[in-house]
Amino acid sequence: MSEIRTSVEKRRIRGIGVLSIFSAASFIYFGLLNSASEKTTFGFVLDNEWVIMKEWVISSASGSRIFSTLAILASISAILAYRKKIAVTIPASVATFGIFMSFLTWIAAGKFIPLTGLLQGALLLAVPLVFGSMSGLICERSGVINIAIEGQLLASAFVSGVVASLTHKSIWGLIAAPIAGAAISFLLATFAIKFSVDQVILGFVINVLVIGLTNFLYKKLLIPYQSTWNTAPTFEHIKIPILSKIPIIGPILFSQSIVVYLMYVIVAGITFALYKTKWGLRTRAIGEHPTAADTVGIDVNRMRFKNVLIAGLVAGVGGAYFTVGSVGSFGKEMTAGAGFIALAALIFGKWSPIGALMAALLFGFADNLQSTLTIIGVSIPSEFMLMVPYIATIIAVTGLVGRVRAPAADGIPYLRGGAH
Amino acid sequence: MSLELRGITKAFGSLTVNDSIDLKVEAGQIHAILGENGAGKSTLMNIVYGLLKADSGEIFVDGKIQNISEPSDALSAGIGMVHQHFMLIPVFTVAENIVLGHEKIGKFGVLDIESAREAIIRVSKDFGFSVDPDAIVETLPVGIQQKVEIIRALIYEAKVLILDEPTAVLTPQETDELLKTMQELKSKGTAIIFITHKLREVREVADQITIIRRGKVVGLVSPDTSEGELASLMVGREVDLAPEKHKHEIGNPILIAKNLSVRDAMGTEVVKRINFELRAGEVLAVAGVQGNGQSELARAIVNLEDHIEGSLLLDGKEIRGLSIYDSLHAGIAFIPESRELDGLVGSFSIAENLILDLHDQAPYAKGINLSVQVVSEQAEKRVKEFDIRLQSVSDAVSTLSGGNKQKVVIARELSRPIKVLVASQPTRGLDVGSIEFVHERILSERDAGRGVILFSTELEEVLALADRIAVMYRGEIIEIVDSKVSKEELGLLMAGVVKSKAGS
Repeated sequence: MSEIRTSVEKRRIRGIGVLSIFSAASFIYFGLLNSASEKTTFGFVLDNEWVIMKEWVISSASGSRIFSTLAILASISAILAYRKKIAVTIPASVATFGIFMSFLTWIAAGKFIPLTGLLQGALLLAVPLVFGSMSGLICERSGVINIAIEGQLLASAFVSGVVASLTHKSIWGLIAAPIAGAAISFLLATFAIKFSVDQVILGFVINVLVIGLTNFLYKKLLIPYQSTWNTAPTFEHIKIPILSKIPIIGPILFSQSIVVYLMYVIVAGITFALYKTKWGLRTRAIGEHPTAADTVGIDVNRMRFKNVLIAGLVAGVGGAYFTVGSVGSFGKEMTAGAGFIALAALIFGKWSPIGALMAALLFGFADNLQSTLTIIGVSIPSEFMLMVPYIATIIAVTGLVGRVRAPAADGIPYLRGGAH
Repeated sequence: MSLELRGITKAFGSLTVNDSIDLKVEAGQIHAILGENGAGKSTLMNIVYGLLKADSGEIFVDGKIQNISEPSDALSAGIGMVHQHFMLIPVFTVAENIVLGHEKIGKFGVLDIESAREAIIRVSKDFGFSVDPDAIVETLPVGIQQKVEIIRALIYEAKVLILDEPTAVLTPQETDELLKTMQELKSKGTAIIFITHKLREVREVADQITIIRRGKVVGLVSPDTSEGELASLMVGREVDLAPEKHKHEIGNPILIAKNLSVRDAMGTEVVKRINFELRAGEVLAVAGVQGNGQSELARAIVNLEDHIEGSLLLDGKEIRGLSIYDSLHAGIAFIPESRELDGLVGSFSIAENLILDLHDQAPYAKGINLSVQVVSEQAEKRVKEFDIRLQSVSDAVSTLSGGNKQKVVIARELSRPIKVLVASQPTRGLDVGSIEFVHERILSERDAGRGVILFSTELEEVLALADRIAVMYRGEIIEIVDSKVSKEELGLLMAGVVKSKAGS
């Protein structure tokens, strides 16, 4: 009898295959065909952290060869690990890292790459995505589709900017933002849960409404009276003693504004709450099989309503990041689709908080890589660079991510006794 | 603890589904509620459990009036329920499911799962269940899932246990186990309300039987009442429980399977090199415990499976590998296992469902047009011929009851010129009246000289209809026996015990 493979195995084989081919291709293209005699410089220091190595200079060609050799070796060990039925996560990650570094060494020949700066920028670009995807996560785990993340982010960015401008205190902006997010959630919850309106259409309509409303107010209020209405102060960066001194990761993770620290707390909190508490168990239950939850005495719609409001609060903090968390003043449609990318991160991350966080970081990283490379002036057109995040997504989804399954009752209004 | 219902009335719109129903159950008693599908049994129990609100009537627990408007009220009054469609979260573990709704909080607000795990292990031991508290529910067989529901009711000290059609999804063995468990619970003082439409089970375990027809109580009888009497009370007319099988000549082989194998999507061989001959004018029943390859074999005959090997001759012509369309038009009628999933398009009208297979042929099609007139005229004819109860042929088929849906499927499949009828679990979930109709139809096809291959997990059905019985076990036909075989012998065969091999 021929060997039978399950679909999971097939996907894993495909994933390892793609990695091996990419490893070999990067060795040939970035390594062997690399005739550049220039050197690539990697910078490691951002701030006044303890320094191990300030920068690392390597010839572009041999650097690429070293990293792609690493990728090839990792691919081989992934194949061996698969044969022996051991988890392939680590070798696969190493191979991906090798391919990426090989590419970076090749493309930045003769240039300076601030490696830590690249990571720090990635984190900052990911912040609103993380808050947005956490908002989506709480809603969808409860069984309510949240397309309105974009609207939540935009509305709370606007409100926090305006409130901080009027009070001259950024903290009031941060406090007002979640309220604005929750107000949008209230709209979503009322129509989705009370009136069973189609949640996808509803979400889009809310987004359009918020965009229209903020554009109008921006034009009629924020532009003509800018000095009173749109000059929000921003948060100072808080350096955490000792932690911020750690080489490489210190300045990336621990020299940030309060909004970023809030993000750590919220992601950890949601992860804990979702899997370890009564609230989490009930939330997951009403998103999977609301009738079953009802029969054990859980008020499904009340809990969904509450959770959608909580999700609004979370998204609100993400909205505040756009204004008081970074640039201060509000700009027209300044969220620029972050809510939708957050939604993609949620799905890519398989509706789990850590998964969504990772996906958001990946999107943030790809985005920042693209702008960094454009700034240092590489030969690849920036339009191509914009595709990088999506190519990464395709590879990850086809090869590395397992079966993606939404909460079973996601988007379905709950009506008791609907069977009759 | 006793539970008493007085004058429960409930109407949906103009339809009264419960009409002043009275019922009383005492501790240590099994009270069966018998009625056809749609008689209002489930509605009544959903009222008792607080999922629906009665228009009028009272519920007494231990003689005291009890207001039950939410499931939590029922739970705190000591009423537990095992629903027809299990109320378990498929992706949760057994322990998580049992904790849900009754959460205990440990240190730092962390959920306490451990004490539930211990309780599950304790109750499982008491009743001889083997339930792993850490198993994910969706990976468990339905019989075990049902036990999880029972364990849940026991852990939360239900004194009255409502079982809503608990045997509908079970294999014969699982059913026997459940009946045993019910007896055990009864001896420990639990009051049980057992809802069903299966007569044998009722007579086996019930202490009292309340019969409901069209929302009204039509009788309170003892379990010595004969099956025939119970059935006629239930349906409201005389019912022929054992259909009459006329003796007649059996013809030549019409469907021959040679080394027929079926693989599933994972590549596992679920039907293993099967051989059989179906003759014209006979009913060949394929018996077996569910999940032994019968469903796949049935689907393979009309080429609904993707990986079929071997040969299948219909009237001497190879039909393996034909498209489903060609298989049907080669002369096979197919009654699929799940009428909702495979048999009908729920949102299409009854008339449209009746011509799903013939929509592209005259007289229904004229060029690229469908002649709506002919379609609805033909539908009216079929509806009369097959006694389908409906408001209008242009209503969506999903509005019909289970029995009438099945009649639509049968009417459609028997309206083509056919040589062979493949019926897969044709009476599953049907009430006594509809079962009678389906049995009559199957036998009339046999008498008209068609070959009928019947897949059924119901022993009574197999014995009543079959001329010969093929028993499937782990994907193989392990024996083909005469229909005079005893129930016990058949039961043993279904468990994989072969007489001729038993000695060796």
